[in-house]
Formats: sequence, structure tokens, C-alpha cells
Amino acid sequence: MANFPSSVDDQDIVSNRQSTGGGMDQSSDQSIDQTMVLNMGPQHPSTHGVLRLVLEIDGETVVRMKPEIGYLHTGIEKTCEAKFYHQVVPLTDRIDYLCPLTNNLAYCLAVEKLLGMEIPPKAQWMRVLMNELTRINSHLVWLGTHAMDLGAMTVFLYCFREREDILRFFEMVSGQRMMTSYFRIGGLALEPPLGFFEKVKKFADRFPGNVDEYENLLTGNPIFMMRTKGVAYISAEDAIAMGASGPTLRGSGIDLDLRRDAPYSGYENFKFKVPVRTEGDVFARYLCRVQELRESIDIVQQALAGMPEGPVKADSPKVVLPDREKMKTQMEALIYHFKIITEGFSVPAGEVYQAVESPRGEMGYYVVSDGTGKPYRVHMRGPSFANLQSLARMCEGQLLADVVAAIGSIDVVLGDIDR
Amino acid sequence: MALAPAITDLEQLKEHPAIARLVGWNAAVVQQAKFDRDELTVWLQKEMIREACAMLRDDPNCPFNFLCDVTCVDWHPSEPRFEVVYHLLSISTKERIRLKARLDGSSPVIESVTSVWPAANFYEREIFDLFGVRFTGHPNLKRLLMPDDWEGHPLRKDYPVEGYR
Repeated sequence: MANFPSSVDDQDIVSNRQSTGGGMDQSSDQSIDQTMVLNMGPQHPSTHGVLRLVLEIDGETVVRMKPEIGYLHTGIEKTCEAKFYHQVVPLTDRIDYLCPLTNNLAYCLAVEKLLGMEIPPKAQWMRVLMNELTRINSHLVWLGTHAMDLGAMTVFLYCFREREDILRFFEMVSGQRMMTSYFRIGGLALEPPLGFFEKVKKFADRFPGNVDEYENLLTGNPIFMMRTKGVAYISAEDAIAMGASGPTLRGSGIDLDLRRDAPYSGYENFKFKVPVRTEGDVFARYLCRVQELRESIDIVQQALAGMPEGPVKADSPKVVLPDREKMKTQMEALIYHFKIITEGFSVPAGEVYQAVESPRGEMGYYVVSDGTGKPYRVHMRGPSFANLQSLARMCEGQLLADVVAAIGSIDVVLGDIDR
Repeated sequence: MALAPAITDLEQLKEHPAIARLVGWNAAVVQQAKFDRDELTVWLQKEMIREACAMLRDDPNCPFNFLCDVTCVDWHPSEPRFEVVYHLLSISTKERIRLKARLDGSSPVIESVTSVWPAANFYEREIFDLFGVRFTGHPNLKRLLMPDDWEGHPLRKDYPVEGYR
């Protein structure tokens, strides 16, 4: 891999018209060759949140691009240091708000690894099931908004119809549609309710037909292909160098999926394909994600078919909250409950980095423990954060209108970037 | 699953290919190593971090070519105060390694790895913003998440959680 020149091109983009300080007539001689600085966002509807891009454009061509972030910075990493380990779980929902369960999972796995804790099989399988539903949920939001950015309105309505079903499943298990906090350290918050698996099964049987519907509208659509094929190309070397992961990396031909390559939470028991495309353009990333929808629903089917029986929480009373009924009837359970809520639980000193495959790429949690009841440091490696850096490589030299397609294709979530 | 005790003896860990390479390249660079919870951590001399990263990236057998993450930990009030943490992944062998460099609290400066991985750009800006660690050779070292006129570095341990009022 070559060394990348980085020092020249990274200064902030400032308008060169300001210095000439005047109206059109004053600077008309000099400004013929000059480029223009255009601000896009943070309130632009197709920047998917509060992303702000400063673009230097020459006519319709983007010369340079700088993402400006931080508009959604809430200091979650600092807040984590002041909370007990179990209190951090609801904060993780709010990082990547389109895949809250993936965040829950990454954090819980990290703390469980610190504790050296074994999770019962049913909890692991439920985690896989919920995670794949989350992936579908997130991809549906991406597909709908991405298509709408490119002018295809109908897909959005179809996608949000199915997304509604998945949000109802989340509500069934956790009482919340989006900020679920369903995974807890040591297992799940609750047993899934009666009738849950039947409803998911019905959905899973129907869903491949829905994906056909989306593909009918987009995959062969000449307008969609013209807007996406060959647009916002990034090579495999550049994608690696910029730290891109997930479908952004797989669209450029790098076969890396942590579910298969570094299995966690029992993913090694599931059979699925990892879609990889080599074109490296918006269309390739689109095809990767749509194929992932089909693979995910296949994993959901496998999880439903092989769902083991047994408890959904680890047998570790000092860490896992007792069942509500036990807490109300047994003195010992009440004491443990009181202890965990008021003092937390101490975690052996050490550090772990737990990476999971989120819908957007590698979501990693780096948790440092100093042996007390509160995490010493929690750092989230958000996939969008790194993917956003590759955006400039995709857009520079391209048309301004394609920037919107490029933003949609890397599927950024600003909560994940700014934390 | 009980926790296995961490291996902290550098002699025992010399078998590991990544450490063997680092030691074979320049034995003085490796200060300390730890194998804990299936994760390998290597403490490196802070002056050599960029060279070590470039060497690991270009290793033909096990190239740690993917920079997952760069972050920092503040161990205030003990010295050396800061630890800059690099997480590397090898895309071909799926191995991971964690590199660390210790920095003094009085003048936390370390060489930037943006010339090895351009991906480090945002990460180093974030660390500069939130910890006040400076990276020499970084192309555009300015605040990333906090406003430009913000005072202090919020993720330092001596910065109150509620902020200054």
C-alpha cells in the first residue's frame, strides 16, 4: 500500500471571495478562475441528520470537500464514566439510534468479557435474532431515504411499512420502539412475550417478497442506475486506508464481515453468505445492502427454527438483576437487587475491545475497568465516523448532484459520529 | 468461564508473531506486553509509534493494514498521564493487536500516524479536542466535536462531568 500525501490538502476550506471584499464588479477580473464555497447542511434534508459539508466547487464539479461534525455531540463517553456499568446500557441506545440493539450488544459483550461471564444459549440466540431484525430495520430506513434522495418516492413508503412491523416487535419485547435497552449485562431484560415468535415467523415468511418489491422498483430502474452506477467510486486500497467498514468496504471488494470472521454471541452456529461487490460505486453498495436484507431474514429464520429453551439471564446474582417476582417475595433477591441498584457491581480491572458488525460496519466498544463499579473509560468506535472520512475521496472530482447519492450510500448516522 | 490470569511477561509472549516482528525490528521499542482476555496489548516507545505502525502495516505475512480505532485514556493523577491506544486489525488473518504509547501530562505530544493511515485524521483530531494531546505532523489539528472557542478538554479526568459553571 502506498503512502498517502495528507499534509497538503487538508486545510479548511475558506471562501477566497471574502478577501477581495466586494461586489461582483470589483472582483470580476479575478473571480473567473476562482472556485466557489458552498455550505451544505446541517439542516439539509438529504444529509441524514445534522451533517454539514463545506464544498469547494468549480461550476458543477466538487473540488474539495470537508465534513464538519459535532452538532450532535452529547458527551456520552464522559457520561458513561459517571454511571454504574448497568446504567450505561440505555446510553448506548442513543449512539446509533437506527440500530440500538447492536449498540446494546457490543457494550454488553464487552462488559461480559471483562467479567468473564457465560451467557445462556437462549439469550445468545435471542440476541442474534434481535440483531438481525435491527439490521433489517436500519437497512430499511437507509433504503427508503436513499431512494427518496434520488427521486424514488414509493420505496420509502414500502420500506417504512415493513419497518413499522419490526418496531412493533421491539415494542413487544422491550416496551420501546426505538430506545430498546433490551440486552442487559448477563443476558436479556425479559423473556420474550407469548406469541412473539409466531409473529416474527409470519413476518420472516413474508419479508423476502417485500424485498422483491423494493428491487422491482430500483435494481433495474434506468433512472436509479444512472444516478448510482459509476458514481462515488472508491477503490479497495482507499477504503481500507480511510478506515471504511461494513457495506462501504464490501462494495469495494474487501470480504470482511465480523459476524463470520470473528463470531460473537453464537454467530458461528448460523449459515449465511456475505455479499461482496467489486465495483466500488453507489450501486455496488446498494446491492450489498439489499442482499444483506435477504441474508438477515434467513438468519432470523434459522434463529427461530433452532431457538433453544432455558433461561435468558446468566446465573450470577451479583451482576444480573433478579426477576421481579423473586425480588418481591425473597429476601435474598431483594438484597441483591438493592445492592446492584445502589452500588453497582465491581468489574475486574482490565480492558477489552469488542467489535460487532453493525448495519454500517465495525461497531467497537473499548471499555477500561479499574476494578470499581463504574467504567473508567468507555470509547465507542462508530462505523459512521470512519465511513464519513471516505466521503471526501468519493466525491472529489464528481458532480455536485452526486454528493447526495454518495452520502446516502455510506449510510451515516450522526448520533454515531458525534456521540 | 473463569478469567485466565493475564500474561504480562514479555519473554513468554515473544512467540507471538506480531511481537516477534516488533522485537526483531527494534527490540528497544517494545516496552511491555500483555495478553489478557484473548487480546494482545503492546506498549511502545512513543517516539517510534509511527515507524512501528508503518512496519506492522506492511508486514507481508500478517499485515495489520486496517486501523480500527485510535483513542486515549487519562490516568490522572498518576504519571505518565495519558495512554494513546491504537487498535489494528489484519484484514487477511483477522487478527487484532492493541498498541499503546504513554505520554506525560505536562506536554502530551506524539507523532501523528495520518501518513500511515489517513483514517487517523478524525481520530487524532477527536483526541486533541477531548484530551488535549497534540499530534505532530497532523495536517489539520483543530477541534472536531467541541466548538472552536471551547475552553478545556472534556474527557480529561480533572474536567467535571457537569462542566464548569
